[in-house]
Amino acid sequence: MSEAPAAGLTAHVQVSRGAFGLEARLHAPPGSVTAVLGPNGSGKSTLLGSLAGLLPPQRGKVVHRREHRAASWWDDPDAGWHLSPADRHVGLVLADPLLFGHLSVADNVAFGPRSRGASRSQARARALEELERVGVGSLAESSPREVSTGQAQRVALARALATDPDVLLLDEPLSALDPATRSHTRAELHHRLGGFDGVTVLVTHDPLDALTLADELVFLEDGQVVQHGSPTAVITRPRTPYVAGIVGVNLLSGRMRVGDRVQVEVPGGSVVTAEDPAHSRDGTQVWLTIDPAAVALYTSPPAGSTRNVWPATVRDVTIAGQRARVRLEGPVALTAEVTTASVAELGLVAGKPLHAGVKATEVVTYPA
Amino acid sequence: MSPRALRRDADPGRARQPEAGRRWPILVPAAAAVALLALPLLALLLRVDWAGLPRDIATPLARQALALSALTTSVTLVVVMLLGTPLAWVLARGSHPTVPWLRALVTVPLVLPPVVGGVALLAAWGRQGVFGAVLDDTLGVTIPFTTVAVIVAETFVALPFYVIAVEGSMRGLDQRLDGIAATLGASPLRTFTRVVIPLVGPGMAAGAALAWARALGEFGATITFAGNFPGRTQTVPLGVFAALEQDPDAALALSVLMLAVCLVVLGALRTRWLT
Repeated sequence: MSEAPAAGLTAHVQVSRGAFGLEARLHAPPGSVTAVLGPNGSGKSTLLGSLAGLLPPQRGKVVHRREHRAASWWDDPDAGWHLSPADRHVGLVLADPLLFGHLSVADNVAFGPRSRGASRSQARARALEELERVGVGSLAESSPREVSTGQAQRVALARALATDPDVLLLDEPLSALDPATRSHTRAELHHRLGGFDGVTVLVTHDPLDALTLADELVFLEDGQVVQHGSPTAVITRPRTPYVAGIVGVNLLSGRMRVGDRVQVEVPGGSVVTAEDPAHSRDGTQVWLTIDPAAVALYTSPPAGSTRNVWPATVRDVTIAGQRARVRLEGPVALTAEVTTASVAELGLVAGKPLHAGVKATEVVTYPA
Repeated sequence: MSPRALRRDADPGRARQPEAGRRWPILVPAAAAVALLALPLLALLLRVDWAGLPRDIATPLARQALALSALTTSVTLVVVMLLGTPLAWVLARGSHPTVPWLRALVTVPLVLPPVVGGVALLAAWGRQGVFGAVLDDTLGVTIPFTTVAVIVAETFVALPFYVIAVEGSMRGLDQRLDGIAATLGASPLRTFTRVVIPLVGPGMAAGAALAWARALGEFGATITFAGNFPGRTQTVPLGVFAALEQDPDAALALSVLMLAVCLVVLGALRTRWLT
């Protein structure tokens, strides 16, 4: 417990629940939003419950430090230390609003300040202010049964923020909302988080939430952190198929072969890149991404400068507006993004044999 | 043409045997069961001297018994709710390995013959009992054959009804609400009093009504542990039993009164909480 941690939340938690084990580290400075992403069962909610103090970790350390203040230790199981949820200043919002059904909307929000010692009138004033800030001030006297889910979720956010938490924990806060409400509530959440100077940890499986709300992304798979970084860093350099799927690029892994040009041997073939042979090391394990929009489709083998051409078969086509995503099968499995017009011109139906081409300059490589 | 006629045309062989005719193996025992339950109650209503009812209920024996029952069942209800609500919460949320055993223990008095309960209470709190002897020696307090003993006996048989009913409605409460309340800074006690109790109010009312009705009807444990002393331990059921010999009209009148009270309690349960 000696070294002074950086301001914000510094957590290393190890939790085991039956056969499942979670081990995650994260650091989040004050005012930042960290999004935790991962497939179902990857341990996202376990991590959040542990930070909330509801699932004490078996090992690790969790500490929070406000700027210019002494650190507050939340968990240090080796020293037998666990701060109860009520004593660590956290706010928790889950997918279900979970408002207290017997209290009015305003009393729901005032519950936290009252529990932390505010007078009745102070708590009420604070509740009305918080409701106003998330745009539901007019619902103060309503019963939770009378408000829509989108409104209820904003009340839940106001309730969590009314205690001035050091750390705000959001577990899929938009996932229970219908798409129209979700986009409106996302904007409201974005607006409200902008004025929050504590740490926010947001669990989500919606890439849009992560990319629009977060400063830092943490990807969990099977209870382990598989990648973390800024959204830009993650978008340009995904390191697992799940992350690549989230950001929508083709990800391949392989080994560099340096000759008069640089190729990457991938399962099923090799990919020519525009890397400079002088700067590439033979045998280096690399990741390789190809933007789906850079994958060109031809009905006969193309003549010209395209260095990478593979036979491919259409697996399926999904259309979104003017663009279509075409999943291909072949020696190198890729997804191509083409215009809807091309779908018609090329006659892209499942099973259609094609040639897929990618220019060497469109292939991005980075060390694994 | 009626639907019945249509069916008859379609399947003449089947139409000769009316539906009810083929259901009699089920309907006859069911009717016997209804008769078994209803006839004694009906007989009670037929036998009672309606004109003399006010007079019968006003006899000293009846008035003392009614007053004692009102007092003891009220105190019992308060004790049951004060002790039973936290116990129900422990059973609903506890993760300790002893919790299933505790739940089994709570259900024992539900199935135990009340007279056995009375014997057990005597063994524990009797003047020579395991704990009663200590109480007698140190504080000079004796419980058996007092009004306190009536309350102890009623609590012993009524508490499980309350705990089981309230535990059920507490289990139905979303556990995540506890977590939310905790992160908002509420202590376990505040979460319990301000969130859990208001939300399980209907379950508590139903449990309280059941427990109160059980305490009101309590006979076996009371007569064993508290005796049958008018004005001190003779509650209405004991009074009915005593009156049966000397004043059968009073026994009938008190019985009808208790039947009416039970119907009122049941009716309140149905309309308010069970629908």
